[in-house]
Amino acid sequence: MKQHASYWVAIVHRISGIALAVFLPFHFWTLGNALQLDAFLAWSRQPLVVFGEWLIVVALAAHLGAGLRVLALELLPWRDWQKSLAAAAAAATFTVGLAFALAL
Amino acid sequence: MTRRGEAVLWIAQRASAAVLALCVLVHLVTIVYAMRGGLSGAEILARTRGNAAWLAFYSVFVVAVSVHAPIGLRAVLREWAGWRGRSRDVLLGLFAFFLLAIGLRAAWAVFG
Amino acid sequence: MSSTLHVRVWRGPQPGAFQRFDVPRAPSQTILDVVTYIQRVLDPTLAYRFACRVGMCGSCAMTVNGVPRWTCRTHVDKVAQAGELEIAPLRNLPPIRDLVVDMREFFDKWTRAEGRFKGATTKQSDFARVAPDSEKRRDADAGIECIGCGVCYSACDVVAWNSDYLGPAALNRAWTLVQDERDAARVERLQAVAGDAGCHACHTHVSCTERCPKNISPTASIAGLKRAVLKAALEGEL
Repeated sequence: MKQHASYWVAIVHRISGIALAVFLPFHFWTLGNALQLDAFLAWSRQPLVVFGEWLIVVALAAHLGAGLRVLALELLPWRDWQKSLAAAAAAATFTVGLAFALAL
Repeated sequence: MTRRGEAVLWIAQRASAAVLALCVLVHLVTIVYAMRGGLSGAEILARTRGNAAWLAFYSVFVVAVSVHAPIGLRAVLREWAGWRGRSRDVLLGLFAFFLLAIGLRAAWAVFG
Repeated sequence: MSSTLHVRVWRGPQPGAFQRFDVPRAPSQTILDVVTYIQRVLDPTLAYRFACRVGMCGSCAMTVNGVPRWTCRTHVDKVAQAGELEIAPLRNLPPIRDLVVDMREFFDKWTRAEGRFKGATTKQSDFARVAPDSEKRRDADAGIECIGCGVCYSACDVVAWNSDYLGPAALNRAWTLVQDERDAARVERLQAVAGDAGCHACHTHVSCTERCPKNISPTASIAGLKRAVLKAALEGEL
Protein backbone atom coordinates (compact mmCIF):
# COMPACT_ATOMS: atom_id res chain seq x y z
CA MET A 1 0.00 0.00 0.00
CA LYS A 2 1.50 3.33 -1.02
CA GLN A 3 1.84 5.66 1.94
CA HIS A 4 2.06 9.45 2.14
CA ALA A 5 5.10 11.48 3.23
CA SER A 6 4.03 12.15 6.82
CA TYR A 7 3.67 8.43 7.44
CA TRP A 8 7.28 7.79 6.36
CA VAL A 9 8.62 10.67 8.42
CA ALA A 10 6.83 9.26 11.48
CA ILE A 11 8.19 5.75 10.85
CA VAL A 12 11.74 7.09 10.34
CA HIS A 13 11.30 9.06 13.56
CA ARG A 14 10.38 5.91 15.44
CA ILE A 15 13.05 3.64 13.93
CA SER A 16 15.81 6.23 14.42
CA GLY A 17 14.65 6.71 18.01
CA ILE A 18 14.90 2.99 18.71
CA ALA A 19 18.35 2.86 17.07
CA LEU A 20 19.57 5.78 19.17
CA ALA A 21 18.16 4.28 22.38
CA VAL A 22 20.07 1.06 21.63
CA PHE A 23 23.27 2.92 20.67
CA LEU A 24 23.46 5.37 23.57
CA PRO A 25 24.35 2.92 26.37
CA PHE A 26 27.36 1.79 24.29
CA HIS A 27 28.28 5.40 23.60
CA PHE A 28 28.12 6.38 27.28
CA TRP A 29 30.06 3.28 28.29
CA THR A 30 32.96 3.79 25.88
CA LEU A 31 33.16 7.50 26.73
CA GLY A 32 33.22 6.59 30.40
CA ASN A 33 36.41 4.67 29.70
CA ALA A 34 38.00 7.91 28.46
CA LEU A 35 41.47 6.85 29.55
CA GLN A 36 41.56 4.49 26.58
CA LEU A 37 40.26 7.12 24.14
CA ASP A 38 43.17 6.86 21.68
CA ALA A 39 42.84 3.08 21.44
CA PHE A 40 39.13 3.47 20.86
CA LEU A 41 39.65 6.13 18.20
CA ALA A 42 42.11 3.84 16.41
CA TRP A 43 39.54 1.03 16.42
CA SER A 44 36.91 3.41 15.18
CA ARG A 45 38.80 4.10 11.98
CA GLN A 46 37.81 0.70 10.57
CA PRO A 47 35.51 1.24 7.54
CA LEU A 48 32.59 -0.68 9.01
CA VAL A 49 32.74 1.37 12.21
CA VAL A 50 33.02 4.60 10.24
CA PHE A 51 29.93 3.63 8.27
CA GLY A 52 28.13 2.75 11.50
CA GLU A 53 29.01 6.13 12.97
CA TRP A 54 27.72 7.85 9.85
CA LEU A 55 24.44 5.89 10.16
CA ILE A 56 24.09 6.95 13.79
CA VAL A 57 24.68 10.60 12.90
CA VAL A 58 22.09 10.36 10.12
CA ALA A 59 19.71 8.67 12.57
CA LEU A 60 20.28 11.51 15.02
CA ALA A 61 19.69 14.17 12.39
CA ALA A 62 16.59 12.36 11.12
CA HIS A 63 15.21 12.00 14.63
CA LEU A 64 15.86 15.68 15.35
CA GLY A 65 14.31 16.85 12.07
CA ALA A 66 11.25 14.66 12.48
CA GLY A 67 11.00 15.67 16.13
CA LEU A 68 11.02 19.37 15.30
CA ARG A 69 8.21 18.60 12.88
CA VAL A 70 6.20 16.98 15.72
CA LEU A 71 6.81 19.98 17.98
CA ALA A 72 5.68 22.35 15.22
CA LEU A 73 2.54 20.32 14.47
CA GLU A 74 1.58 20.04 18.12
CA LEU A 75 2.45 23.42 19.54
CA LEU A 76 2.12 25.99 16.79
CA PRO A 77 -1.25 27.28 15.53
CA TRP A 78 -2.14 25.44 12.35
CA ARG A 79 -1.36 26.90 8.97
CA ASP A 80 -0.98 25.57 5.46
CA TRP A 81 2.79 25.19 5.70
CA GLN A 82 2.34 22.42 8.26
CA LYS A 83 2.18 20.05 5.30
CA SER A 84 5.67 21.00 4.14
CA LEU A 85 7.22 20.01 7.44
CA ALA A 86 7.85 16.47 6.27
CA ALA A 87 9.90 17.79 3.37
CA ALA A 88 11.76 20.19 5.66
CA ALA A 89 12.64 17.34 8.04
CA ALA A 90 13.96 15.23 5.19
CA ALA A 91 16.00 18.12 3.79
CA ALA A 92 17.60 18.85 7.15
CA THR A 93 18.51 15.19 7.64
CA PHE A 94 20.07 14.99 4.20
CA THR A 95 22.13 18.11 4.86
CA VAL A 96 23.56 16.81 8.10
CA GLY A 97 24.28 13.39 6.60
CA LEU A 98 26.15 15.02 3.76
CA ALA A 99 28.08 17.32 6.08
CA PHE A 100 29.19 14.43 8.20
CA ALA A 101 30.15 12.33 5.20
CA LEU A 102 32.21 15.19 3.81
CA ALA A 103 33.94 15.63 7.14
CA LEU A 104 35.09 12.03 7.11
CA MET B 1 -0.99 5.29 35.32
CA THR B 2 -3.44 8.14 35.80
CA ARG B 3 -4.53 10.47 33.00
CA ARG B 4 -2.69 13.27 34.71
CA GLY B 5 0.44 11.13 34.97
CA GLU B 6 0.33 10.36 31.27
CA ALA B 7 -0.17 14.04 30.47
CA VAL B 8 2.90 14.83 32.60
CA LEU B 9 4.92 12.24 30.65
CA TRP B 10 3.86 13.89 27.40
CA ILE B 11 4.92 17.30 28.73
CA ALA B 12 8.27 15.93 29.94
CA GLN B 13 8.86 14.35 26.54
CA ARG B 14 8.27 17.62 24.66
CA ALA B 15 10.27 19.68 27.19
CA SER B 16 13.24 17.29 27.03
CA ALA B 17 12.92 17.31 23.23
CA ALA B 18 13.30 21.09 23.18
CA VAL B 19 16.41 20.88 25.40
CA LEU B 20 17.81 18.07 23.25
CA ALA B 21 17.25 20.02 20.04
CA LEU B 22 19.75 22.58 21.29
CA CYS B 23 22.15 20.03 22.79
CA VAL B 24 22.16 17.90 19.65
CA LEU B 25 22.85 20.87 17.39
CA VAL B 26 25.81 21.88 19.55
CA HIS B 27 26.99 18.25 19.71
CA LEU B 28 26.79 17.72 15.93
CA VAL B 29 28.68 20.92 15.22
CA THR B 30 31.30 20.01 17.82
CA ILE B 31 31.81 16.50 16.46
CA VAL B 32 32.06 17.65 12.82
CA TYR B 33 34.54 20.34 13.95
CA ALA B 34 36.63 17.79 15.85
CA MET B 35 36.66 15.38 12.91
CA ARG B 36 37.57 17.99 10.30
CA GLY B 37 40.32 19.19 12.61
CA GLY B 38 41.53 15.60 12.88
CA LEU B 39 41.73 15.96 16.66
CA SER B 40 43.35 13.09 18.51
CA GLY B 41 42.06 11.65 21.76
CA ALA B 42 44.57 13.67 23.75
CA GLU B 43 43.62 16.88 21.94
CA ILE B 44 39.90 16.32 22.56
CA LEU B 45 40.48 15.55 26.22
CA ALA B 46 42.77 18.57 26.55
CA ARG B 47 39.79 20.73 25.67
CA THR B 48 37.29 19.00 27.95
CA ARG B 49 39.49 18.29 30.98
CA GLY B 50 38.82 20.72 33.79
CA ASN B 51 36.31 22.58 31.64
CA ALA B 52 33.26 23.22 33.82
CA ALA B 53 31.26 24.52 30.86
CA TRP B 54 31.57 21.22 28.97
CA LEU B 55 30.73 19.29 32.14
CA ALA B 56 27.61 21.39 32.67
CA PHE B 57 26.61 21.03 29.03
CA TYR B 58 27.04 17.26 28.93
CA SER B 59 25.31 16.83 32.29
CA VAL B 60 22.24 18.68 31.01
CA PHE B 61 22.45 16.62 27.81
CA VAL B 62 22.53 13.36 29.78
CA VAL B 63 19.62 14.31 32.03
CA ALA B 64 17.49 15.28 29.04
CA VAL B 65 18.34 12.00 27.26
CA SER B 66 17.51 9.99 30.40
CA VAL B 67 14.03 11.54 30.40
CA HIS B 68 13.43 11.47 26.64
CA ALA B 69 14.57 7.99 25.56
CA PRO B 70 12.55 5.91 28.07
CA ILE B 71 9.34 7.88 27.45
CA GLY B 72 9.84 7.45 23.72
CA LEU B 73 10.33 3.71 24.12
CA ARG B 74 7.20 3.50 26.28
CA ALA B 75 4.90 4.12 23.31
CA VAL B 76 6.93 1.80 21.07
CA LEU B 77 6.76 -1.05 23.59
CA ARG B 78 3.02 -0.63 23.96
CA GLU B 79 2.19 -0.29 20.28
CA TRP B 80 4.70 -2.66 18.69
CA ALA B 81 5.31 -5.20 21.46
CA GLY B 82 1.88 -5.06 23.10
CA TRP B 83 3.48 -4.44 26.48
CA ARG B 84 1.37 -2.38 28.88
CA GLY B 85 1.02 -1.81 32.58
CA ARG B 86 3.23 -1.43 35.58
CA SER B 87 6.04 -3.83 34.59
CA ARG B 88 6.79 -1.86 31.45
CA ASP B 89 6.95 1.41 33.41
CA VAL B 90 9.20 -0.16 36.06
CA LEU B 91 11.65 -1.41 33.43
CA LEU B 92 11.72 1.97 31.69
CA GLY B 93 12.29 3.70 35.03
CA LEU B 94 15.29 1.42 35.59
CA PHE B 95 16.52 2.17 32.06
CA ALA B 96 16.25 5.90 32.83
CA PHE B 97 18.38 5.54 35.94
CA PHE B 98 20.86 3.36 34.07
CA LEU B 99 21.28 5.98 31.32
CA LEU B 100 21.63 8.71 33.92
CA ALA B 101 24.31 6.76 35.80
CA ILE B 102 26.54 5.78 32.89
CA GLY B 103 25.89 9.10 31.13
CA LEU B 104 27.02 11.20 34.07
CA ARG B 105 29.96 8.81 34.50
CA ALA B 106 30.95 9.53 30.90
CA ALA B 107 30.57 13.31 31.37
CA TRP B 108 32.70 13.12 34.48
CA ALA B 109 35.30 10.96 32.75
CA VAL B 110 35.99 13.54 30.05
CA PHE B 111 35.99 16.29 32.65
CA GLY B 112 38.01 14.68 35.40
CA MET C 1 -7.63 0.96 -21.38
CA SER C 2 -9.25 -2.43 -21.04
CA SER C 3 -13.00 -2.82 -21.18
CA THR C 4 -13.09 -5.28 -18.28
CA LEU C 5 -12.17 -4.71 -14.66
CA HIS C 6 -10.57 -7.54 -12.71
CA VAL C 7 -11.97 -7.13 -9.23
CA ARG C 8 -10.97 -8.98 -6.08
CA VAL C 9 -13.62 -8.69 -3.37
CA TRP C 10 -13.22 -9.83 0.22
CA ARG C 11 -15.71 -12.51 1.25
CA GLY C 12 -15.94 -13.28 4.93
CA PRO C 13 -16.09 -14.79 7.46
CA GLN C 14 -16.41 -17.72 4.99
CA PRO C 15 -14.27 -18.39 3.08
CA GLY C 16 -12.20 -15.50 4.51
CA ALA C 17 -10.52 -14.79 1.19
CA PHE C 18 -10.72 -12.62 -1.89
CA GLN C 19 -13.07 -13.71 -4.67
CA ARG C 20 -12.44 -12.66 -8.28
CA PHE C 21 -15.06 -11.06 -10.48
CA ASP C 22 -14.87 -9.59 -13.98
CA VAL C 23 -16.90 -6.41 -14.29
CA PRO C 24 -17.52 -4.48 -17.52
CA ARG C 25 -16.04 -1.00 -17.50
CA ALA C 26 -18.36 1.98 -17.99
CA PRO C 27 -17.83 5.75 -18.29
CA SER C 28 -17.77 7.71 -14.99
CA GLN C 29 -17.99 4.43 -13.12
CA THR C 30 -17.52 4.51 -9.36
CA ILE C 31 -16.37 1.72 -7.06
CA LEU C 32 -19.89 1.59 -5.63
CA ASP C 33 -21.16 1.00 -9.17
CA VAL C 34 -18.76 -1.93 -9.41
CA VAL C 35 -19.88 -3.47 -6.11
CA THR C 36 -23.53 -2.92 -7.02
CA TYR C 37 -23.02 -4.63 -10.39
CA ILE C 38 -21.40 -7.64 -8.70
CA GLN C 39 -24.24 -8.01 -6.21
CA ARG C 40 -27.07 -7.51 -8.72
CA VAL C 41 -25.69 -9.42 -11.69
CA LEU C 42 -22.95 -11.81 -10.59
CA ASP C 43 -23.43 -12.82 -6.94
CA PRO C 44 -26.51 -11.80 -4.94
CA THR C 45 -24.98 -13.11 -1.70
CA LEU C 46 -22.46 -10.24 -1.53
CA ALA C 47 -23.12 -8.05 1.54
CA TYR C 48 -22.25 -4.34 1.48
CA ARG C 49 -23.52 -1.02 2.85
CA PHE C 50 -24.63 2.10 1.04
CA ALA C 51 -27.37 4.70 1.36
CA CYS C 52 -27.29 8.05 -0.41
CA ARG C 53 -24.89 7.11 -3.28
CA VAL C 54 -23.93 10.79 -3.62
CA GLY C 55 -21.23 11.44 -1.02
CA MET C 56 -23.33 12.75 1.86
CA CYS C 57 -23.87 9.89 4.28
CA GLY C 58 -20.54 8.05 4.47
CA SER C 59 -22.17 4.60 4.63
CA CYS C 60 -20.33 3.19 1.62
CA ALA C 61 -16.81 3.51 3.04
CA MET C 62 -14.60 0.52 2.17
CA THR C 63 -10.92 -0.23 1.59
CA VAL C 64 -10.12 0.23 -2.09
CA ASN C 65 -6.66 -0.92 -3.23
CA GLY C 66 -5.50 -0.64 0.37
CA VAL C 67 -6.89 2.85 1.01
CA PRO C 68 -10.12 3.66 2.94
CA ARG C 69 -12.48 5.65 0.72
CA TRP C 70 -16.10 6.49 0.04
CA THR C 71 -16.83 4.10 -2.80
CA CYS C 72 -19.59 6.29 -4.25
CA ARG C 73 -17.12 9.15 -4.66
CA THR C 74 -14.19 7.10 -5.94
CA HIS C 75 -14.03 6.91 -9.71
CA VAL C 76 -12.65 3.68 -11.10
CA ASP C 77 -10.43 5.65 -13.48
CA LYS C 78 -8.67 7.23 -10.51
CA VAL C 79 -7.72 4.04 -8.68
CA ALA C 80 -7.80 1.10 -11.08
CA GLN C 81 -4.23 0.74 -12.17
CA ALA C 82 -4.27 -1.47 -15.25
CA GLY C 83 -7.87 -2.43 -14.63
CA GLU C 84 -7.16 -4.17 -11.28
CA LEU C 85 -9.24 -3.49 -8.20
CA GLU C 86 -9.12 -4.87 -4.68
CA ILE C 87 -12.14 -4.14 -2.46
CA ALA C 88 -12.11 -5.04 1.22
CA PRO C 89 -13.99 -3.98 4.37
CA LEU C 90 -12.75 -1.03 6.45
CA ARG C 91 -9.66 -1.77 8.54
CA ASN C 92 -9.66 -1.58 12.37
CA LEU C 93 -13.31 -2.56 12.76
CA PRO C 94 -14.66 -6.08 13.32
CA PRO C 95 -16.14 -7.48 10.09
CA ILE C 96 -19.71 -8.74 10.12
CA ARG C 97 -19.89 -10.18 6.63
CA ASP C 98 -18.08 -9.49 3.35
CA LEU C 99 -17.72 -5.71 3.06
CA VAL C 100 -19.81 -4.84 6.12
CA VAL C 101 -18.14 -3.93 9.43
CA ASP C 102 -19.45 -3.47 12.96
CA MET C 103 -19.34 0.27 13.69
CA ARG C 104 -20.30 0.03 17.37
CA GLU C 105 -16.78 0.40 18.78
CA PHE C 106 -16.27 3.48 16.61
CA PHE C 107 -19.28 5.17 18.21
CA ASP C 108 -18.58 3.81 21.70
CA LYS C 109 -15.23 5.60 21.59
CA TRP C 110 -17.07 8.77 20.61
CA THR C 111 -19.00 8.45 23.86
CA ARG C 112 -15.84 7.66 25.86
CA ALA C 113 -14.24 10.83 24.52
CA GLU C 114 -17.21 12.79 25.94
CA GLY C 115 -18.10 13.67 22.38
CA ARG C 116 -21.46 15.18 23.23
CA PHE C 117 -22.56 18.64 24.10
CA LYS C 118 -23.42 19.53 27.69
CA GLY C 119 -25.21 22.83 28.13
CA ALA C 120 -25.55 24.95 31.24
CA THR C 121 -28.62 26.97 30.29
CA THR C 122 -32.37 26.37 30.24
CA LYS C 123 -35.26 27.16 27.90
CA GLN C 124 -35.77 30.39 29.79
CA SER C 125 -32.22 31.64 29.09
CA ASP C 126 -31.42 34.05 26.31
CA PHE C 127 -29.61 32.80 23.18
CA ALA C 128 -25.88 32.40 23.45
CA ARG C 129 -23.99 34.99 21.44
CA VAL C 130 -21.07 33.34 19.65
CA ALA C 131 -18.98 35.42 17.26
CA PRO C 132 -18.59 33.25 14.13
CA ASP C 133 -15.14 34.64 13.36
CA SER C 134 -13.72 34.16 16.84
CA GLU C 135 -10.72 31.84 16.93
CA LYS C 136 -12.53 29.25 19.05
CA ARG C 137 -15.55 29.19 16.77
CA ARG C 138 -13.39 28.89 13.66
CA ASP C 139 -11.55 25.95 15.28
CA ALA C 140 -14.87 24.27 16.07
CA ASP C 141 -16.30 24.97 12.62
CA ALA C 142 -13.26 23.36 11.00
CA GLY C 143 -14.21 20.05 12.56
CA ILE C 144 -17.98 19.93 12.93
CA GLU C 145 -18.79 18.62 9.44
CA CYS C 146 -17.77 15.09 10.45
CA ILE C 147 -20.47 12.55 9.57
CA GLY C 148 -18.91 9.59 11.32
CA CYS C 149 -18.03 7.56 8.22
CA GLY C 150 -15.05 5.79 9.83
CA VAL C 151 -12.52 6.45 7.07
CA CYS C 152 -10.11 8.28 9.40
CA TYR C 153 -10.45 5.54 12.02
CA SER C 154 -9.57 2.96 9.40
CA ALA C 155 -6.63 4.96 8.11
CA CYS C 156 -5.12 5.44 11.56
CA ASP C 157 -2.06 3.30 12.40
CA VAL C 158 -2.32 4.02 16.13
CA VAL C 159 -5.87 2.63 16.15
CA ALA C 160 -4.43 -0.50 14.52
CA TRP C 161 -1.59 -0.71 17.07
CA ASN C 162 -3.52 0.25 20.24
CA SER C 163 -7.07 -1.06 20.61
CA ASP C 164 -7.82 1.43 23.40
CA TYR C 165 -6.99 4.48 21.31
CA LEU C 166 -10.10 6.64 20.95
CA GLY C 167 -9.21 7.53 17.38
CA PRO C 168 -9.28 10.61 15.19
CA ALA C 169 -13.06 11.03 14.79
CA ALA C 170 -13.91 10.85 18.49
CA LEU C 171 -11.04 13.17 19.39
CA ASN C 172 -11.94 15.60 16.62
CA ARG C 173 -15.50 15.76 17.95
CA ALA C 174 -14.23 16.32 21.50
CA TRP C 175 -12.12 19.24 20.23
CA THR C 176 -15.08 20.91 18.53
CA LEU C 177 -16.85 20.81 21.89
CA VAL C 178 -13.83 22.02 23.87
CA GLN C 179 -13.82 25.04 21.55
CA ASP C 180 -17.57 25.53 21.90
CA GLU C 181 -17.94 28.35 24.38
CA ARG C 182 -21.49 27.23 25.26
CA ASP C 183 -20.29 23.85 26.49
CA ALA C 184 -20.08 23.35 30.24
CA ALA C 185 -18.14 20.07 30.47
CA ARG C 186 -14.68 21.23 29.41
CA VAL C 187 -12.65 19.77 32.27
CA GLU C 188 -14.38 16.37 32.19
CA ARG C 189 -13.84 16.23 28.47
CA LEU C 190 -10.14 17.09 28.76
CA GLN C 191 -9.77 14.35 31.36
CA ALA C 192 -11.53 11.93 29.02
CA VAL C 193 -9.24 12.68 26.06
CA ALA C 194 -5.92 12.84 27.93
CA GLY C 195 -3.58 9.90 28.22
CA ASP C 196 -2.40 6.81 26.36
CA ALA C 197 -5.86 6.06 24.99
CA GLY C 198 -6.44 9.66 24.03
CA CYS C 199 -4.81 12.59 22.32
CA HIS C 200 -1.32 11.83 23.66
CA ALA C 201 -1.16 8.64 21.64
CA CYS C 202 -1.41 10.50 18.33
CA HIS C 203 1.96 10.32 16.60
CA THR C 204 1.10 12.76 13.79
CA HIS C 205 1.16 10.29 10.93
CA VAL C 206 -1.58 12.57 9.54
CA SER C 207 -3.21 9.65 7.73
CA CYS C 208 -6.61 10.72 9.04
CA THR C 209 -6.30 14.18 7.51
CA GLU C 210 -4.92 12.69 4.31
CA ARG C 211 -7.96 10.41 3.86
CA CYS C 212 -10.86 12.44 5.28
CA PRO C 213 -13.38 12.88 2.46
CA LYS C 214 -14.63 16.08 4.07
CA ASN C 215 -11.17 17.65 4.32
CA ILE C 216 -11.30 17.79 8.10
CA SER C 217 -7.96 17.68 9.90
CA PRO C 218 -8.27 15.50 12.99
CA THR C 219 -4.50 15.95 13.41
CA ALA C 220 -5.03 19.67 13.94
CA SER C 221 -7.91 19.01 16.34
CA ILE C 222 -5.87 16.50 18.32
CA ALA C 223 -2.97 18.98 18.46
CA GLY C 224 -5.45 21.47 19.89
CA LEU C 225 -6.46 18.92 22.52
CA LYS C 226 -2.79 18.35 23.41
CA ARG C 227 -2.34 22.08 23.97
CA ALA C 228 -5.59 22.35 25.95
CA VAL C 229 -4.57 19.43 28.19
CA LEU C 230 -1.12 20.99 28.67
CA LYS C 231 -2.73 24.24 29.78
CA ALA C 232 -5.17 22.44 32.09
CA ALA C 233 -2.37 20.37 33.63
CA LEU C 234 -0.22 23.43 34.25
CA GLU C 235 -3.17 25.24 35.83
CA GLY C 236 -3.95 22.26 38.08
CA GLU C 237 -7.32 21.56 36.49
CA LEU C 238 -6.53 18.04 35.30
